[in-house]
Amino acid sequence: MTQPIVEAEDIVQTFSNGVRALNGVSLSFEPGIIYGLLGPNGAGKTTLIRVLTTLLRPDSGSARVAGVDVLANPAAARERIGLAGQYAAVDEYQTGRENIIMVGRLYNLSSREARSRADEILERIHLTDAANRPVKTYSGGMRRRLDLAASVVGRPQVLFLDEPTTGIDPRSRQDLWELITDLVDDGTTLLLTTQYLEEADRLATRIGVIDEGDLIAEGTPNELKDRIGGDVIELHLANDQLATAAAALATMAGEEPKIDLMRHSVTIPAPQAARTLVEAVRQLDQSGLDIHDVALRRPTLDDVFLTLTGHRAETTPAPAPSERGRRGRRRRADRS
Amino acid sequence: MTTVTLTQTAHHIGVITKRNLLRNIRLPQLVLFATVQPVMFLLLFNYVFGGSIGGSLGDVGGGDYINYLLPGILIQTVVFGATQTSLGLTEDLAGGVIDRFRSLPMARSAVLAGRTLADLVRSSFVTVLMVVVGYLIGFRAQDGLVKLALALVIGLLFGYAMSWVMATIGLLAKTPEAAQAAGFLPIFPLVFASSVFVPTSSMPSWLATFAENQPVSVIANALRGLILGDPYMAFVDTTLTTLILQSLAWIIGIIVVFFPLAVRMYRRAVS
Repeated sequence: MTQPIVEAEDIVQTFSNGVRALNGVSLSFEPGIIYGLLGPNGAGKTTLIRVLTTLLRPDSGSARVAGVDVLANPAAARERIGLAGQYAAVDEYQTGRENIIMVGRLYNLSSREARSRADEILERIHLTDAANRPVKTYSGGMRRRLDLAASVVGRPQVLFLDEPTTGIDPRSRQDLWELITDLVDDGTTLLLTTQYLEEADRLATRIGVIDEGDLIAEGTPNELKDRIGGDVIELHLANDQLATAAAALATMAGEEPKIDLMRHSVTIPAPQAARTLVEAVRQLDQSGLDIHDVALRRPTLDDVFLTLTGHRAETTPAPAPSERGRRGRRRRADRS
Repeated sequence: MTTVTLTQTAHHIGVITKRNLLRNIRLPQLVLFATVQPVMFLLLFNYVFGGSIGGSLGDVGGGDYINYLLPGILIQTVVFGATQTSLGLTEDLAGGVIDRFRSLPMARSAVLAGRTLADLVRSSFVTVLMVVVGYLIGFRAQDGLVKLALALVIGLLFGYAMSWVMATIGLLAKTPEAAQAAGFLPIFPLVFASSVFVPTSSMPSWLATFAENQPVSVIANALRGLILGDPYMAFVDTTLTTLILQSLAWIIGIIVVFFPLAVRMYRRAVS
């Protein structure tokens, strides 16, 4: 087996206000992959990144990144990592090119090396045209790209991206995803945090699910989906009918149906796909319940999260049932 | 154990200083307003108070209020300018820039050192400009240019020391808005209850006691001693050497106390 490139063991971090951000988190993964750390706001994702990138000293635990003990030798660790935080940490009053050159100079590159490295990176992130404009004229997506560029100046072995696409428009998000995938093709190992299930599913080779300071599950996207079995049926009803519907479906489902008040839905496994669907609809019809919408689908990571934690991963409200897609089979609701 | 060498540290401080200074060049409004404000103070005080105070100065600065006022305004300028240190630091903290710097293999001290040095360079520029404006409206150094230059150096060193005070306050306050407000709390009594604008002799005795012994007056008096010469020494009844030694003691004392405090606050603010 390959030596893990990131290895965290039993990291505990309590803040001065008493909040326990990390509850003894351990994780490790091999080089060359994208590891997706998935969890809602406040789950501890950023805290874990800050520990692994030497910004924060944990109360206890140990961490190795690229073969270096992060706590014992943070300076050496910093030579091997890159970080793009939650905010695009670029300088408004410098041009894109000057920003990258500055970071290169801080990596102890000579002025000439820093300039040629900047040109090379700017071309890779398709910012050559805007390179000599001050960053304050950049769009949100361009800033993120520049920030990403700054994080790879030192040719890091491990790149940490903290919510790289939070708060940017869907088109720029697509661009960033392509850039991020490019980087791994280069051999860089990536750890990215996200609260978007779609993002983790799309980019990550392996996913760690984090909630309230605990790593509660780990695996490939498919492994995680398999945890809750095959296809599921989601039935949408008025909220005051959900409990009755769940009771009506309990026997045929063979397990407790999952109620989601926010999405006005009740979900059950569908071992026989369409046949289970017909049966479920018949059951509810016989109970005199009014079904607004019904869907048969592959479980999403959202389902995984609900199964593991009892609550949803995303904090954004789900669209009303009437706006939801009516395709029978879909991989996920479009909520990005 | 990987460590950053001294040469690298100096290089990193240089890069950060340049970065901080660039902002002043790219956003010329910053320097403009930082210059217009003290110039406005200089003109206002000179023409509003000059007539009534000038007479009480005797032969100090040839009896011209502008000669008394300018050294004071220089001190006010460097002290107000020091608030830029807290502003710049808190803005960088809020924008995530400091996290980026701290994840790079660069000297940890470069962020604070680069910030205070950039503010020193900026203050130097504004200070020299103030002297030029002063010359245009009648100010004359009474005791030669060498002593004038020495006076500027002492004033700027004091501004540099105050940068560390402001860094501490800013890092305590955490946000730029709070830092700005908190920074002026100590500044107003120090600058106004002092000999910066008027001689302390006309103040009530309790206030005069404070005003005569606080650092801003001591530094202002040292500058006047250097710029106005013997008549001023007679006016405040002390020697130039005493004033310069007192000034250096204050500057060193402030740095000795606030440099480690700022470093501690910085460590706390970033973790």
